[in-house]
Amino acid sequence: MTATTLSSLLDQKPVLLADGATGTNFFDLGLGPGDPPEFWNLDEPEKVTELHQAFVDAGSDIILTNTFGSNAPRLKLHKVQDRVFEYNYAGAKLARAVADKSDRPVVVAGSVGPTGELFAPLGEMTYDGAVKAFVDQMKGLKDGGADVAWIETMSAKEEMQAAADAANICGLPYVVTASFDTAGMTMMGLPPADMPHLLDGLETPPLAVGANCGVGASDLLMSVLSMSEQPGNVVIVAKANCGIPQIKGDQVEYTGTPDLMADYIRLAVDSGARIIGGCCGTSAIHLAAMRAALDAHQKGERPDETKIVETIGPIVNPISSGADKPQRRSRRRDR
Amino acid sequence: MSDDDDIILSELNDEELVLQMHDDLYDGLKEEIAESVNILLERNWTPYDILTKGLVEGMRIVGIDFRDGILFVPEVLLAANAMKQGMAILRPLLTETGAPKVGTMVIGTVKGDIHDIGKNLVGMMMEGAGFEVFDLGINNPVEDYLAAIEEHKPDILGMSALLTTTMPYMKVVIDTMKEMGIRDKHIVLVGGAPLNEEFGLAIGADAYCRDAAVAVETAKEWMARKHNQMANA
Repeated sequence: MTATTLSSLLDQKPVLLADGATGTNFFDLGLGPGDPPEFWNLDEPEKVTELHQAFVDAGSDIILTNTFGSNAPRLKLHKVQDRVFEYNYAGAKLARAVADKSDRPVVVAGSVGPTGELFAPLGEMTYDGAVKAFVDQMKGLKDGGADVAWIETMSAKEEMQAAADAANICGLPYVVTASFDTAGMTMMGLPPADMPHLLDGLETPPLAVGANCGVGASDLLMSVLSMSEQPGNVVIVAKANCGIPQIKGDQVEYTGTPDLMADYIRLAVDSGARIIGGCCGTSAIHLAAMRAALDAHQKGERPDETKIVETIGPIVNPISSGADKPQRRSRRRDR
Repeated sequence: MSDDDDIILSELNDEELVLQMHDDLYDGLKEEIAESVNILLERNWTPYDILTKGLVEGMRIVGIDFRDGILFVPEVLLAANAMKQGMAILRPLLTETGAPKVGTMVIGTVKGDIHDIGKNLVGMMMEGAGFEVFDLGINNPVEDYLAAIEEHKPDILGMSALLTTTMPYMKVVIDTMKEMGIRDKHIVLVGGAPLNEEFGLAIGADAYCRDAAVAVETAKEWMARKHNQMANA
């Protein structure tokens, strides 16, 4: 199959299916706790290929490379910060090979996660330093064959801007999604409603914006509703964890059955998302159920919170809103 | 910011100045906090009173609004930085004057996990609450925790994990402490986004703390219990 682009695929289909989890699926394939998944791009490439292939076989239109933490600040913690290009190039190559083998168009999205650093003045990271880290990563992704930079699990506006700048410098189209895990906002206090027009000032805006990971799938759908009510017909991404994370004794389990994830994708479509996938806990089995549900679904009425909670489960971290919404304390100083 | 000049800190009476400190912590104004601390020292306040009535109380208010989703990480970090400015002045004086110490804590993120924002917040808030805090940083194997326990003999051990894949390591640390017969000598508090109370208790921690503010409250509660037990013993 010849290479495709995310924008052409968005023109052809009303809704695209992304893929499932990387990290949690690798644990099932034998990744040790604390081991960086990207090491497998070089050390266990056949297992990375196996996961990509499973997602493509389950019906993914978009697969994400195994490069989430492959930026210099994060690789530095494992003392391999000088191998940024290698890990990203290898990761993109593996996904590219699987996509090229498919008899239908599959987009290779180069996963770009946060640096884990706080920006000055809160932390040490400078804007230019972050742009450089992302450029270094995206060069590897682009040369390895990624069609698009997939900037995900973000929380700080500056970091999203830096990554978007880097994508523009590298000449890669890009998508940006954030993790809304704190009272309905990112941990830095960014509300989902700000996402659709966050990067309007850049020369090339993102192809899509959205939400991924965070806490439960219900919380994520609430974030999607908030984004899709903004003007401008921005393409919205929903990549939720597999149901609600629940703790059984000393283990974590996700409530998401394949049936629940089928419900989730129908609700995500009705909520206005056009690119939908799963995050932590989502296996190829879940994804196949999502594909079937998506193909059979006609977009329906926009759900409300009650409908989402009834279908998927409780909101884990509710947003404070309405009349009860607490306000920042008044200050004695006028500023 | 030029409007800040409207308030001359040195012209406020003690009560107004302490309330102003709470506001300035809330707004993360570190120069103003340092100035207020110095003014109160000149007015012969004890370092301990400045710490508890000014800084600790101010950070308690910040903690409440963080817990309630009104303030987020950036504001809390700025507040903690302002508190640190005040602490830098007070710390040597507190040692000199032999002011009561609330307790000692060793804190660190577990092996395999490189996240430290939440852990740092807890450390700073605990310092703000008057604890002496030894921060082991990120990616700590059980040996590091044991060495720090041996060295600092902390009242409290705090462990943090942000990943569902690293949180089980907390149990490794607690199990090792049990094997060595030292588990009950320390209060063990755990925290991190994916955890909950059930997990904390299942792995044998004393408590799960959902955020930095709760960590401080829980630490104080457990310290009080520990003192009562010692008094009764």
